[in-house]
Amino acid sequence: MEIGLVELSRLQFAMTAMYHFLFVPLTLGLSILVAIMETVYVMTNRPIWRQMTKFWGTLFGINFVLGVATGITMEFQFGMNWSYYSHYVGDIFGAPLAIEGLMAFFLEATFVGLFFFGWDKLSKVQHMVVAWLVAIGSNFSALWILIANGWMQNPVGAEFNPETMRMEMTSFFDVVFNEVAQAKFVHTVSAGYVTAAVFVLGVSALYLIQDRHKDLARRSIAVASSFGLAAALSVVVLGDESGYSASHTQKMKLAAIEAMWETEEAPASFTLVGLPDKEARETHYAVHIPWAMGLIGTRSLTEEIPGINQLEAESADKIRNGVIAYDALMTIRAERDATPQAVRDRFEAHSDDLGYAFLLKRYVEDPREATEEQIAMAAEDTIPGVAPLFWAFRIMVALGFSFIAVMAYFFYRASFRNMQFPRWSLYAAVAIIPTPWIAAELGWFVAEFGRQPWTVDGVLPTALSVSHLGIADLLITLAGFVLFYTVLFVIEVSLMVKYIRKGPFQDVAETEAWQARHEARLRRMPDAPAATATPAE
Amino acid sequence: MILYELIDFDTLRVIWWALLGVLLIGFALTDGFDMGVGALLPFVAKTDVERRIVINTVGPVWEGNQVWFILGGGAIFAAWPPLYAVSFSGFYLAMFVVLAAFIVRPVAFKYRSKREDAAWRARWDWALFAGGAVPALIFGVAVGNVLLGVPFHLTEDLMPMYDGSFYGKFLGLLRPFALLAGVVSLSMLLMHGAAWLSLKAEGVVAERARRIGTIAGLVAAGGYALAGLWLAVGIDGFALVNEVVPGGPSNPLYSEVTRGGSWLAAYTARPWIVVAPVMGFAGIALAVMGLRAGREVSTLLWSKMGITGVIASVGLTMFPFILPSTVDPRSSLTVWDASSSHQTLFIMLVCALIFMPLILAYTAWVYKVLWGKVTEADVTGSGHSY
Repeated sequence: MEIGLVELSRLQFAMTAMYHFLFVPLTLGLSILVAIMETVYVMTNRPIWRQMTKFWGTLFGINFVLGVATGITMEFQFGMNWSYYSHYVGDIFGAPLAIEGLMAFFLEATFVGLFFFGWDKLSKVQHMVVAWLVAIGSNFSALWILIANGWMQNPVGAEFNPETMRMEMTSFFDVVFNEVAQAKFVHTVSAGYVTAAVFVLGVSALYLIQDRHKDLARRSIAVASSFGLAAALSVVVLGDESGYSASHTQKMKLAAIEAMWETEEAPASFTLVGLPDKEARETHYAVHIPWAMGLIGTRSLTEEIPGINQLEAESADKIRNGVIAYDALMTIRAERDATPQAVRDRFEAHSDDLGYAFLLKRYVEDPREATEEQIAMAAEDTIPGVAPLFWAFRIMVALGFSFIAVMAYFFYRASFRNMQFPRWSLYAAVAIIPTPWIAAELGWFVAEFGRQPWTVDGVLPTALSVSHLGIADLLITLAGFVLFYTVLFVIEVSLMVKYIRKGPFQDVAETEAWQARHEARLRRMPDAPAATATPAE
Repeated sequence: MILYELIDFDTLRVIWWALLGVLLIGFALTDGFDMGVGALLPFVAKTDVERRIVINTVGPVWEGNQVWFILGGGAIFAAWPPLYAVSFSGFYLAMFVVLAAFIVRPVAFKYRSKREDAAWRARWDWALFAGGAVPALIFGVAVGNVLLGVPFHLTEDLMPMYDGSFYGKFLGLLRPFALLAGVVSLSMLLMHGAAWLSLKAEGVVAERARRIGTIAGLVAAGGYALAGLWLAVGIDGFALVNEVVPGGPSNPLYSEVTRGGSWLAAYTARPWIVVAPVMGFAGIALAVMGLRAGREVSTLLWSKMGITGVIASVGLTMFPFILPSTVDPRSSLTVWDASSSHQTLFIMLVCALIFMPLILAYTAWVYKVLWGKVTEADVTGSGHSY
């Protein structure tokens, strides 16, 4: 097993996936915000809302195209770099990816062209429907991708088939309604909505600071902050749901995130901050909140949450079980139909832990020949990097809570303070534009780094999943991706900046005509308030 | 509840083999014309306005078209996991080049006209050219290599391994027959792109497209004929030795395969498949005549028929082989031993039956909305064109 190959493959996957996720959250949220704005336009007929739809739609388009382009890499990279993974779990993992294409990606990609090119070819309502179809397609995409990812975290509805040497689906229903997948989906799309809300808020704040496009900016803040407040609340609530599901599906990940070395008596305390030390197996300078961990993780006062040391010992047991399954598997493979029933029974009894035997392949060709020392090393491998997880998680959560505060503040000013925003708050809104991306990337880091050493939790180790390519192959593509993606990133950001500087296109004649009609309408209704009552006009 | 046993395993495998063909053909028919148009761009359009007209003929639709490629990847993953695992890792660097093209192409469409700067636009035009021509060539080269057989083997754990040196693996793809297949693929898509431009553009652009498309069509037909001849005399086919176990497990190592004989033996075993190459030649010939006569809609349809025939002929000739191995014929992937499980194939079929008609319906609607020629006024007037 070439370690260099595994690490390079992981590096490339992590890089391309995290890069892809720079564009995805904004697509998820902005598609919906744009559709909301267009709906308001269709309902009120006010040109300003169409102007908003087109302006944010343009920025959406610049971002969307890179999300699509970098997503292509993801669709094929499993086969290119993770060929044993693809063989081993393709029977389950491939299905949601294909359904994503059929159900979601076709929808968004077919209609996104019409969104930009259809302004003069469609009626208003038709165009609005197109905008919603793009938004729905994007969000359905996320659903199926997270069903696929959720299965890697919690592989339900599948079992190992000795004849084909792979996992095969036993229940599609279980795969789709995997609790981990569902919690992840809502958490992830909500994070996308927060990202878009912070983006719209920040760009609008910039316009208010610069004293231009104030009409558009104020209305955009109103939409973004109300949408963003709901989304920020849901991110935190549903993140908690993910934590709860991890407490019974991915115990080691949870223990590592919390740097919980020893099993504590229930209800466990929550470590707010501290310095986890893997060597010493303790967390220095830890600040604890009593009971909190037990309540979040198990939603009970009596259930215990196992610590890392206990889970490591359990892993060693599972490895020993896995070796029994592996031994039976070798017999089944050699004898095929002539396999004695006793061997089949032995395999059935231990097949859930078969993946643990594969952890030994890093140290010994045939897991059956592993020494106790090697089993201990493999068991230790089941502990992911504690300190990075501990900190990544805490920064993400802190950012998550701060988004609630930001959105609540702007929602309050927009709703109850006549859309007047103090200057400091506008500067702050501009300054925090990058933070949702940081939170989202950290979230993925926690989810995927926390799953190590597995690609599919408890089923297939990462080290076994890779394609047997040459190091040179990897270096070429890695260098290619870095170069390529950096250039695209620079171009994307510069275009975003250019179009933000340029600002919305305002059709003056149309706006004035509407204004005249609007005032005429108001004159016919003597009791109505004056047309320019709100400062947004 | 064993609903999936309604359709027997081997029938599902054949259905999914056919659907694999449908996806590849769907990709070639839709994204094929955008790749063709991209590759034609520098030759049919000289001024900036002409170029924008050409780009805007595919501007609203390339994104949906490209999904055929992505869906192709997803469907191969779901229905033929070993094929997905072996082919994309085996053709690793070639796949990387294709990915690079498919990443740069969307960006080029979207960003090209967002700045006035002539150098900026020239660079993106080049990217559109390469983003169309290079994958069109590589797909053909890949198909050629599949017909020749690929140097891989599966271990007892079914882990794919690739034989040969690093340079051997990438440059080794460029075998003469494979290059010929690449030429057929590229020229066919150039013809298809020209047929599209002849329908969607006017005047000098359409005129140039028709001229180049005629030549490309002739090259495609000639290359296709030559490839057939080559298969008849110079290339070994593969054959299954053992009887196929009905509903057998998807484990390629359980089969016996020999190399030798000719792929074209399929035409004596299943004479009806001759319909595919006939469609291929007839479609290309009629498309070429249509281009010369300046017919528009029918030319595009004939071009589609020609491409369908050519791609279908490859699959039908190789059946039941999907990816033969030269170094260890036993490892070759066939329809009977490289599919997903019975249940997964059934579920995916249900999904495809629900969503494919919907996709075709709304795609048709979008094309209907966008019906009509792209003119100079379209690209200079509207703020939303590329």
